[in-house]
Amino acid sequence: MTNQYPLWKNLLILCVVIVGALYALPNLYGNDPSLQISPNRDTAVLDKQTETRIADLLANKGIAYKNIETMKQGVLVRFNDVNAQLTAKDLVSDDLGDGYTVALNLYPAAPAWLTALNAAPMYLGLDLRGGVHFLMEVDMNAAMRQSDDRYVGELRTLLRSNKVRYLTIARHKSGGVDVKFRDNTERAKALLLIGKELPRLVREEEDRNNAFYLRVTLSEQEARETKEFALQQNITTLRNRVNELGVAEPIIQRQGLDRIIVQLPGIQDTARAKDILGATATLEYRMADSEHDVEQALQGRVPAGSRLYYERNGSPILLKKDIIITGANIVDAASGIDQQSGSPMVHVTLDSKGAKKMARNTRENVGKPMAVVFIENKVETRKVNGELVKTSRKIEEVISVANIREEFSKRFQTTGLDSFEEARDLALLLRAGALSTPIEIVEERTVGPSLGQDNIDMGFRSVVIGFIFVLLFMAVWYRVFGLVANIALALNLVLLVAVLSMLQATLTLPGIAGIVLTVGMAVDANVLIFERIREEIRNGNTPQASIAAGYDKAFSTIADANITTLIAALVLYGFGTGPIKGFAITLSIGILCSMFTAIVGTRAIINLVYGGRKLEKLAI
Amino acid sequence: MQLFSSKTNIDFLGKRRIAMVISLLLIAISVVSFFTRGLNLGIDFTGGTIIEVGYQQPVELGGVREVLKESGYGDAIIQHFGTAKDVLIRIPPREGVASAELSSSVLKGLHRANPDGVEMRRVEFVGPQVGDELTEDGGLAVLWALFGILIYVAFRFEWRFAVGSVAALIHDVIITMGIFSLFQLEFDLSVLAAILAVIGYSLNDTIVVFDRIRENFRKMRKGTPTVITNTALNQMLSRTLITSMTTLLVLLALFFLGGAVIHGFSTALIIGIVVGTYSSIYIASTTVLALGVSKADMMPMQVKKEGQDLDSIP
Repeated sequence: MTNQYPLWKNLLILCVVIVGALYALPNLYGNDPSLQISPNRDTAVLDKQTETRIADLLANKGIAYKNIETMKQGVLVRFNDVNAQLTAKDLVSDDLGDGYTVALNLYPAAPAWLTALNAAPMYLGLDLRGGVHFLMEVDMNAAMRQSDDRYVGELRTLLRSNKVRYLTIARHKSGGVDVKFRDNTERAKALLLIGKELPRLVREEEDRNNAFYLRVTLSEQEARETKEFALQQNITTLRNRVNELGVAEPIIQRQGLDRIIVQLPGIQDTARAKDILGATATLEYRMADSEHDVEQALQGRVPAGSRLYYERNGSPILLKKDIIITGANIVDAASGIDQQSGSPMVHVTLDSKGAKKMARNTRENVGKPMAVVFIENKVETRKVNGELVKTSRKIEEVISVANIREEFSKRFQTTGLDSFEEARDLALLLRAGALSTPIEIVEERTVGPSLGQDNIDMGFRSVVIGFIFVLLFMAVWYRVFGLVANIALALNLVLLVAVLSMLQATLTLPGIAGIVLTVGMAVDANVLIFERIREEIRNGNTPQASIAAGYDKAFSTIADANITTLIAALVLYGFGTGPIKGFAITLSIGILCSMFTAIVGTRAIINLVYGGRKLEKLAI
Repeated sequence: MQLFSSKTNIDFLGKRRIAMVISLLLIAISVVSFFTRGLNLGIDFTGGTIIEVGYQQPVELGGVREVLKESGYGDAIIQHFGTAKDVLIRIPPREGVASAELSSSVLKGLHRANPDGVEMRRVEFVGPQVGDELTEDGGLAVLWALFGILIYVAFRFEWRFAVGSVAALIHDVIITMGIFSLFQLEFDLSVLAAILAVIGYSLNDTIVVFDRIRENFRKMRKGTPTVITNTALNQMLSRTLITSMTTLLVLLALFFLGGAVIHGFSTALIIGIVVGTYSSIYIASTTVLALGVSKADMMPMQVKKEGQDLDSIP
């Protein structure tokens, strides 16, 4: 019989429709603004008690919430609106203190039975939910310089301890270390020694200006490893810092050889995020110089052995030039509450080398003030006459001055801080001091929460209006066939959303544009088929034969047209970054879904409507 | 409803000279505009900072400009964005400063002048090195897309068709970009994406017509290549127009309702689709004919081998 699908084919289509509808469904429920509270240290526990504590706190302050529950990752509180969520965040994080991370999150509002099926709504991109996107570049030149500096020290120790006599040893301008010798014999000794002890270094003899030089450089492989290490170290540190910022689903991943992508959905205070992520830093602990007068130093009479610094609030302070320890000696720093006074404080833990130095210093200086100098290395890339030039700037600032109460070494506390906020920031800065290679933000895209919601609303509205236009148009134009095409179009939209949800693809504004475009173009296949059917009818064929011929003949055209569009979409995906990728993904999946719904889907319905009976004419 | 009650028979190709003149004129204008006015490149390509802020009340740009001048951003370009309450601030990459902290300091300044009435809506900062790379990658992407399509069409059809479709695409891309240059519309990353989508769309249109030309070459016993091609254009006319129509409908929805951020994107697509529809009728087929396609080229494989030698004689 003509134009009838076998039962299995109809069932299969029905199956696809049901599964599609099921997985698209969570998107209708949307997301609840919520708080995710999790412990960030082993000492902090999370149990039913924490849940009750938070519930009581919110009830006391009169903040309405939808639901509170303890899950594997922590306590989850859902709210009805963003305002309640934001107010609650501040309250809860103040109440729980530093041991917990309180993160803003969007949590699927779908009912439990859908969640049990692993059906979740599409993940909203930063332009829809608000948040920050950073692209950061690790300064590899600085990484190489630091590695050369390390080798300068290492070579000096090596040569000295083996009694090889050299004149000077220094980092070469264009990379590597230059060692200068008085004569060839010493150089030959050094060459042999370095070859034995540091075999991975490349050694070159050079005679310049009547002097004997030995140029030592990193081998290609080692240079690569050094860079790789610098990148990985930065990723690790960034990850730690991001955790401190309280972000529910941060993305930190490498891009290429020297770049890192950081995405922080839902972050409100971008300036703070940038402060914490953007600069790398080192620290120096120094004794304050309390014997001399700061006023005199301000007038230019800085005593020998001291240097003039400024505190965060701008007030000047004299510090001794001798460095007690540096950031490299710090193992951990954390903020907390002093058990006796209840005031905020910061714990610091040092490594054994640092502990020894600290013990020696504090023993001699009990009662005197000690300061922490925070040194930020900011790298900037500027364009000078069309050339890209990198400059680094050093910003030194005293972040803490405290009296030494007693002798200490490995562990100590800094107290006398004004607020918990200050304690938290100091701890963060101290930890940041452990990081070394400078890193620079080369791209930033921040979307405020209100714009995110506007984007969702506007995107949704344009999909709906565009969709209705096309539906009306098709129904008027092709009558019954138009209605069938409309069902297919709706199905296409459901399938597209279902596939995107299953893949947990990120939906962005360009992604929505891709969906809108798909709606417009998806009917193309049906237009091709229907025009072909009309043509067959005009050529005097019977209605049934026209339907069959229309579908058959239009198929290769549809396939060709869609594959070429798919090529363009794939290129777009391959080259595109973030948002553009989203557009390419929705466009590609839309094309594939539309081929299924427009060809197989409409045929099934047409067959059910017209198939297997005698027809005089078609409503097309 | 039908667009044309019976078979249409419009002599498209009879007017191909006029079309050619129009196209060449448009391309000439575009190219001249490129060289004289250039593209109004967005910060995605030039580097720089964009800050969008929203006020509670409609705001005068003069006041905002004053505040920025005080903060040391006298060179900022300030305009309303979408509504009178939203303001877009562009700060060009300057010699000397290219810092990511620029936006914080601008926002701080605005906030000080208007403590609770201003809200950050969007900040985009692109460093110069990223901008340079994007320009390069973007150009490469367009070339790759064209190359991939050339190969696929040559494989599925014939080399003349591949050249014809790519000629139509280049035509569309040049004119779309030309209009962006002529009216100094901002050309950013989303517009580039739209141009790639235009390539996909225009191609879709062209391929559908080619498919019919090929079919007609095989089916129609009589008629010169010109007549055969013209028949195909007429047969596909109502499809071409209807699909363009539905696509334009949704794009207009996107243009008017999608918000200011996506304006450039929808503008580029609307231009591209109008130009693409025109080029699939006039440019693609005309090029194929000009390259001297014949019935023999279009026969299925076995037959094609016999005719091939004849064809290679110019």
